[in-house]
Amino acid sequence: MEFGLSQDQRLLDESIRKYLSSEVPLDTIRKLATTAESDAAVWQGLSELGLAGVLIPEAHGGAALGMLDAVAIAEALGYAACPGPFLSTAIMASYLLSQAGATDPLAAMASGQYRVGIAFSDVIGARKGQVIESHSKLSGQSLFALDADADAYLVALADGRVFMLESSDVERTPLATIDGTRSVCELGFDSSSACLVANDIELIHQTLHRGRAIQAADTLGAAQYMLDQAVDYSLERKQFNRAIGSFQAVKHMCAEMASQLEPCRAFAWYAGHAFDESNSDAALTACHAKAHLAEVGQFVAKTSTEVHGGMGFTDLVGLHYWFKRIGFNRQLLGSPEQVRHEAAILQGLCDA
Amino acid sequence: MDLSYGHEYDTFREEVKSFIQAHKHKQPGPGDGLKSPALRNWQRLLIENGYHSRTIPSEYGGFGAEPDIIKSRIIAEEFGAARMHRGFNGQGVTMLTPVLLEMGTETQKKAFVGPTINAEIIWCQGYSEPGAGSDLASLTTKAELDGDEWVINGQKIWTSTAHHADWIFCLVRTEPDAPKHLGISFLLFRMDTPGIEIRPLVDMTGDANFNEVFFTDVRVPKDQIVGERGQGWQVANAILGHERGSLATPDAAINRLNGVKRLMREESINGVPLTENPVFRDRLMKLEGRVLAMQYNDMRLLSAKINKNQDVRLANMIVKLIGTELRHEIECLGVDVMGEIGLSYGDNPHIRGNGSWQYQYMFYLGLIIGGGTSQIQKNIISERGLGMPKEPKIPLTKPVAKEA
Repeated sequence: MEFGLSQDQRLLDESIRKYLSSEVPLDTIRKLATTAESDAAVWQGLSELGLAGVLIPEAHGGAALGMLDAVAIAEALGYAACPGPFLSTAIMASYLLSQAGATDPLAAMASGQYRVGIAFSDVIGARKGQVIESHSKLSGQSLFALDADADAYLVALADGRVFMLESSDVERTPLATIDGTRSVCELGFDSSSACLVANDIELIHQTLHRGRAIQAADTLGAAQYMLDQAVDYSLERKQFNRAIGSFQAVKHMCAEMASQLEPCRAFAWYAGHAFDESNSDAALTACHAKAHLAEVGQFVAKTSTEVHGGMGFTDLVGLHYWFKRIGFNRQLLGSPEQVRHEAAILQGLCDA
Repeated sequence: MDLSYGHEYDTFREEVKSFIQAHKHKQPGPGDGLKSPALRNWQRLLIENGYHSRTIPSEYGGFGAEPDIIKSRIIAEEFGAARMHRGFNGQGVTMLTPVLLEMGTETQKKAFVGPTINAEIIWCQGYSEPGAGSDLASLTTKAELDGDEWVINGQKIWTSTAHHADWIFCLVRTEPDAPKHLGISFLLFRMDTPGIEIRPLVDMTGDANFNEVFFTDVRVPKDQIVGERGQGWQVANAILGHERGSLATPDAAINRLNGVKRLMREESINGVPLTENPVFRDRLMKLEGRVLAMQYNDMRLLSAKINKNQDVRLANMIVKLIGTELRHEIECLGVDVMGEIGLSYGDNPHIRGNGSWQYQYMFYLGLIIGGGTSQIQKNIISERGLGMPKEPKIPLTKPVAKEA
């Protein structure tokens, strides 16, 4: 019995964290989040470490690792608030295309050269806009598609069909959000030619749930960063001739963050592992992990900012990039309320 | 990641299952008290078969098996699944026995371990005092040596099972001039010694789960001390470690959460089951997410115990704080889904689940406070888990014993 990361997984985690701390410091995050500069160099570097091909079979140039590996990677990326298409290209699109047998783009995706975005708004309770298909041509719109600079998109329809189309065949409008470390866009379709790659609602759900487990792990990493920063800052910052970290009020804030966050590590690991073992509770666990991390993440994001006092509110410390990343993860691929509703449906507590 | 216990344990699990099948009918019922023959026979049967006191050496009355965390876990799982009586696990068994085995003399081990695990000696714990709760080391119950006897005077509080107990393990101040942590000793004595008065302490549940115990010139033989004079604090800390984790196991939280689910299917408002109410359902799902986090945290702790390859100090430290708060909220939802019916208590004919929802809702508030309050837990987590500094202390001007 072994519940935890393997030796290999720990080494992978270490190498990614080492790369991120030297190559993606706060200055880089700030530049990528606030200017039009591309994250291509960062993604190329991460791809060379094997991140882009984590779920892609070896035959197509991937690392053929599992979801637990992907969870460990996502935690490291969240810790660094690192930009890049890990969730869309490396997880959701790679999984869906591999499963659907649409393997042509996989090699280019694994090398980091080709990015496939995700337009799933129709299957996660679209608030506005809808995609309509007629004779393999798409019309309508899809909001909050990941990412704004993808080379192609996978568009999921509520009936279970998934179409792929090149970004040149779609009208693309970048959407500004709070989180500059991710890029999302609105896709407009006008009889756009698209290729049917799958017709399987279960595959869409499996893809979505994997994405949710990854979101949970990303929030775990981002929240751990915010907790670590809060503790460090509280030991440096002096008021009333004492480190503020020696005041019980501040200590208890940090203890509450740690107490809520620490069990999430085991939770995220299991969420990844459940997919690798095809456990029957994999989808339910992914929903719960996504919703629970959204709540714990929100608490940590707020509390850590408060421990930093006024500085936490500024751009100087840059803590807000993590605050916003956690906020982004909370809504994307289903708000906590919506995902908990799905968790209730999945166990037969209520009807869909 | 490998969550299976391995095939070598399949045979063991089968053994446990067949034991349960063969002996299920012998387990004590709700009416069988602490001193009933039914409980004692059951206790003996469990020990003989290695399902209780499994790793306690056989020379002291235990089963004498090598420690095997997975086997212990399998026993817990199978007994839990079959809702089998786990045997008597009072404070003497869970807290005193490990300490005696580690720090007791050969004579003490021989005299006490066997009768304790066999439920022949029932113990109570004399730690907290009216003036020494979170700051336990400031306790003032004193013991003075008079010839071959200690003479004890003072008062203890929160002493559960004192009214049933044959013996007490008790912290007393024997070195009034020493610094507070170095002036305490750990004594064992009979509860029928002259000079002991027990007063039940009725709590908010309506029961007397605890007592106050008063000592007036209680005379105890000099050799009934565990460890040396002044070492009592170390002995006590060893035991408190044993207590904390056991107050908040995720298995019990899962059972109670499933109980809330059943209740929500059965209860309805205007004919609509509570599971159809999105507000209650969301509260339930929120709690389920929190319970799952603790369940996997627990598996991580188990794995770390077996493989010793992960640092889980923080993951371990948070269990009491999060586990008791979570359990309190689960019980609270159980009460809330019943609305006015949830107010039922005592002999109210509309009561559900024997009144356990209200009872546990109140009792778990007691456990949030007991065994180290949530606030003390947060001090421990921030200081020992996160490396934050201790609160500066106001200097003591005089020794503790002379303050009182």
